[in-house]
Amino acid sequence: MESIKDKVAIIGMGCTQFGELWDKSPQDLIIDACYEAFEDAGIEPKDIQAAWIGTRYSGATAITLSYPLKLQYIPVTRVENLCATGTEAIRAAAYAVIAGACDIALAVGMEKLKDTGYGLIPSPLGDSDISDTGVDPLRMIPPPASFGAQGIRYFHHYGLSEEEGKRTIAKIAVKNHHNGSLNPKAQYQREVTLEQVINAPIVSWPLGLLDCCGVSDGAAAAIVTRADMAKNFRDDPVYIKSFAISVGARQATLRQDYDFVHFEENVRAAKTAYAEVGIKDPFKELDLGIVHDCFTITELLIYEDLGWCPRGGAKEYIDSGAFELGGELPVNTDGGLKCFGHPLGASGLRMIYEVYKQMQGKAGPRQVPNARLGLTHNLASLVGQNVASIAILGSEVG
Amino acid sequence: MIGITSYGAYIPFYRLSRDELARAWGRSILGGEKAVANFDEDSVTMAVAAALDSIDGFARDQIGGLFFATTTSPYQEKGCASIIAAAADLPRDTRIADFCNSLRSGTIALSSALDAVNAGSADNVIVTAADCRLGAAGGESEQLFGDGAAAVMLGNSEVIASIEGSFSIANEFMDRWRSGDDVSVRSWEARFVISEGYLATMQEAISGILKKHGLSAKDINKAVFYAPDPRSHTTLARSIGFEPRNQVQDPLHTTVGNAGAASALMMLVAALEESKAGDMILLANYSDGADAFLLQVTEQIDKLGKRRGVKGHLGMKMMLPRYELYLEFRELIETEPPNFPEPISPSPVVMWRERKKNLALYGAKCKQCGMVQYPPQRVCINCQAKDDFEDYRFSDKTGRLFTYGANYLLTRDPNPPEFYSYVDMDGGGRMVLLMTDRDPTEVKIGMPVEMTFRRIYKSAGINNYYWKCKPVR
Repeated sequence: MESIKDKVAIIGMGCTQFGELWDKSPQDLIIDACYEAFEDAGIEPKDIQAAWIGTRYSGATAITLSYPLKLQYIPVTRVENLCATGTEAIRAAAYAVIAGACDIALAVGMEKLKDTGYGLIPSPLGDSDISDTGVDPLRMIPPPASFGAQGIRYFHHYGLSEEEGKRTIAKIAVKNHHNGSLNPKAQYQREVTLEQVINAPIVSWPLGLLDCCGVSDGAAAAIVTRADMAKNFRDDPVYIKSFAISVGARQATLRQDYDFVHFEENVRAAKTAYAEVGIKDPFKELDLGIVHDCFTITELLIYEDLGWCPRGGAKEYIDSGAFELGGELPVNTDGGLKCFGHPLGASGLRMIYEVYKQMQGKAGPRQVPNARLGLTHNLASLVGQNVASIAILGSEVG
Repeated sequence: MIGITSYGAYIPFYRLSRDELARAWGRSILGGEKAVANFDEDSVTMAVAAALDSIDGFARDQIGGLFFATTTSPYQEKGCASIIAAAADLPRDTRIADFCNSLRSGTIALSSALDAVNAGSADNVIVTAADCRLGAAGGESEQLFGDGAAAVMLGNSEVIASIEGSFSIANEFMDRWRSGDDVSVRSWEARFVISEGYLATMQEAISGILKKHGLSAKDINKAVFYAPDPRSHTTLARSIGFEPRNQVQDPLHTTVGNAGAASALMMLVAALEESKAGDMILLANYSDGADAFLLQVTEQIDKLGKRRGVKGHLGMKMMLPRYELYLEFRELIETEPPNFPEPISPSPVVMWRERKKNLALYGAKCKQCGMVQYPPQRVCINCQAKDDFEDYRFSDKTGRLFTYGANYLLTRDPNPPEFYSYVDMDGGGRMVLLMTDRDPTEVKIGMPVEMTFRRIYKSAGINNYYWKCKPVR
């Protein structure tokens, strides 16, 4: 199997403000994200040869993208893979460039969650499946209850008291809120204290309101081209090193040997991606990671799944500040889902936007010094039936 | 010999203290408590529980029929015995019937089952009666009514109590009624209802059957007879000449309440639980006339395996903390809905396609590697063998809680938290189930649970039933 490493580069990106954008339509968000990307790449909409739009709830078919941009009969495709949707859009665009089907492609992720009227993200599985009787709790379980069940099991598995466990995950929220406070595009740009997180109303034990990511609207876009053409557009393109995706088959809920203290999909996707890039010690070699912190417990499990700390060792690393800005491996430097909310289709590309800006040294007060290798990670759906999607990007070829 | 071959019962886990009703309304007509169906229970789910209790120790293919009696069928048009038979995983050639509307329907169904067994057209017919009636808020009926179910099986061999005879009266009488538009039961002025209706008719039926068999009141070891309220019960016992202390079966008014169509059969089950070979039992039931039966307990009663019955269920309970929760369980008040999507209305096509999984709770066991799986699969999660499974029923299995989600905010459960339970089943398989009838303080990893049939939700007039787990007690 041939590697995709360094074959495609990102030459322009755009990202809207994330938040409760009551006065913006899906079309507005697409236009705002794409025109920022066009300007960043120094190209015109007519230069786009093929395009992909990722959205879960906010539009059917590719017309979701072609209509607002008035694309001129070029190939456009809508993709969907729940929380990994945004990354699917750029994965498809990159593969098309690698295949030689086009040289300049646009990938867009967009979601208008706040038009749904729900304060939290609905259950990912049961909302629209007519071929389901609606009685299976797997179909109804709200995400905080599923991820919370993993928190309960993690605490039990590693012998953390309720207080220790709750305090440990709360630190992740405090970290991400600090990072978000430095980001003008974040939905929440304010610090929170450990006590505020611990004392917030319980949504699903052990997850309180401040352990959960927000619900927001947003869009992000990327323009990709062949790596050998990238410097024609800009001096500092960002190269795609790897896309890895791994999908479960409900192992966690079908088999008694699934432990609930990890996501096997994360482990498999990370292994594939690290192999493709040649990463041996990700904690040391990666400069930053933007990961799927839908809940604080999820980010904790991701540290372990992605090999950034030993199994059961997350608490020690969190306590040491390893994943904070200025730590050995800063995680969610932009504030994460915690501060951006999680407009499903947009999140993957929003994460890549942060890595892209960090590589170019444009992350302002959040800048990680000499950031050259960054990882993004999405985790769609619930335990045992996840889609884990990892992208690794670098500032240089090789 | 024809008679009862098995019995079972069900009383919901929640009880409402009548003191709590007095707190709400300022008056109480009697003490004790009433059994209250949980928000996910109705007459069908309670009948399933009683029927399964009665089936314990019997092979499914021994069962020839299932008759369901209630005044509170979840459907006005559509049978429910079929749902109960499906949940109990009875054979496809089971005879089913719904006996609805009359408070006497439990014993009317019993008579029909008796006739069927007598005629040789069915053996081991389960008669299950359940009721979940509503009295208007603040009234006497609300205090008296309680929820519950019973099941008795009738057959012609290994009979634990023979049915020696029966006697029935038809009598048109407007004492209690509920029309299509009514939420709660209406009744006429009590003195007329009791004296001219209940007492006169029951006296006629009871003396009728005693006379037919040349017996007198003192020949009866246990007098099991329905009564709308405790006072009428005592009055009738006295008028027949039954000794209230030793001869008369407790009508369960202070522990369960008047369980409508299920009352007489629940009392019969309670009587059988305490009976010994040779005991003569009188069973009498009232409404739109009366039924009376004479039963004699046989030696076989000692061989029937232990079941939960009435006695077992009376010992398993949790007090409902407040009356308002009862109103919410019965949907008598409109409460603020959660800001969370409504479940979609189920497609009857999918309900039919998944009937074996959803109603009888079948999973599958891989014939290649032996791994038990739920829901049933076509490709094995362990060895990927295709289409090589045998059926595996989970409804009669227990398991242990592996972990759980304790959901406080995003739920329609009127009594959160809602426990999403990941259960490792004894004998294999992992299931994801909601947990019901639980005390939140008892929920912990490793706790044993069992399966219970419940209504998950109602939508577009469809009662969508499935299984939940509950703590083993």
